[in-house]
Amino acid sequence: MDYPETLISATLALATPLIGGLLMGVDRKLTARMQERVGPPLVQPFYDAIKLWGKAPMIASGLQPVLAFGYLGFALVAAGLVTFRQDLLLVFFVTGIADICLTVAAFNAKSPYSFLGGRREFLAMLSYEPVMLLAYVAIFLVTGSFTIRGIYEYGAPLLLVLPAALVTLMIVLVIEMKKSPFDVSGSGHAHQELVRGVFTEFSGYTMALVELGHWTKLATTLMILSLFWVPNPVIGAAISLAMFFAALMVDNLYPRLTWQRMLRTTWTVGFALILVNVAALAAGGVI
Amino acid sequence: MTLMQKARLKSLWVLHFDCGSCNGCDIEVLAALTPKFDVERFGIVNIGDPKQADVLVVTGPANRRNQRVLRNLYEQMPEPKLVIAVGTCACTGGVFHNCPNIIGGVDKVVPVDVYVPGCAARPEQIIDGVVLAIKKLAGEAPEEDEG
Repeated sequence: MDYPETLISATLALATPLIGGLLMGVDRKLTARMQERVGPPLVQPFYDAIKLWGKAPMIASGLQPVLAFGYLGFALVAAGLVTFRQDLLLVFFVTGIADICLTVAAFNAKSPYSFLGGRREFLAMLSYEPVMLLAYVAIFLVTGSFTIRGIYEYGAPLLLVLPAALVTLMIVLVIEMKKSPFDVSGSGHAHQELVRGVFTEFSGYTMALVELGHWTKLATTLMILSLFWVPNPVIGAAISLAMFFAALMVDNLYPRLTWQRMLRTTWTVGFALILVNVAALAAGGVI
Repeated sequence: MTLMQKARLKSLWVLHFDCGSCNGCDIEVLAALTPKFDVERFGIVNIGDPKQADVLVVTGPANRRNQRVLRNLYEQMPEPKLVIAVGTCACTGGVFHNCPNIIGGVDKVVPVDVYVPGCAARPEQIIDGVVLAIKKLAGEAPEEDEG
């Protein structure tokens, strides 16, 4: 990798929280428009984060700030791994560690809401991580490599060979964005579930860190989705933004479901879609 | 104005506590969040968590049973914080003022920054009260006789 390319990758990795924050602003504006409201300004999430940073610290347990920094840190590392075109499996596990930081921080406070939220966050991870892993395995079967560089070397658009995997990742995106119908572990905006679910015991700067981590994770997931049309990054970005928009539509159309339904949906529909896709490719002689 | 001050004015998260009101004011508080009034365009959202809230909106009179809960919620909110008493009951105790279990307005339990009178207080008045609170947060002197 030559010098300018490294610089672009590093800049992009550090810009992921900003991109994610802007996307959250777009999310709030679009949601408001869908509900026939005017909605907050586009930079509202940044106002929120800055305000949270300036609040007096009220720490529930000594480990919580460390874990909040860990959540943001590991999310940033995952974003960097994507922009530097590293291994998808590594991205997967580093994102997993970020999630575990959040969940352990939620367990660390003596609050029943936080505890229940943390447990549901673990269940959410249990729902989407195996499906996500299977989608990466499907990408490996097609391109012969787990690295993002391998997808670039494959050349042809992945969407044409793995359309069902993208549909499955759509469900994953909805769970990761904590949107209805799968916002069981804690919800954004003015929605409430278990007070604030997994976020209940965060306040002040720890909450700001968690928000930043959440934005980073959102931007990283969308970057991974854009890999489905690698030869042309513009079409790739269009695909991921279209899926972001679809997630908002789903959020505004559907009520919240229970975690049992979430687990059942991902483990049946998700697995089936990817397996059918791979089976069709094997029958067609592509892999 | 620094960026932090601007962010504080643009992002007020509201914790709504019903202190034993008749629910008339609560309906009006929620009406302010509907598409007709839409306070979210000013960055105001209704949040259920005192640890993340900036403004405590209280409806109903303080009584001997729930004063503990009210004080607990207030103490869980990190600084800077504001309290808005919405409705006549929250301001003074209202029609319940001489009941044996009633202490009086919520200012008997927690310090109140803005009083919004009315039975029930209208959404316009509540939004006006929140604007007053924002002015107080910005350090401006409030205008005389808003109500």
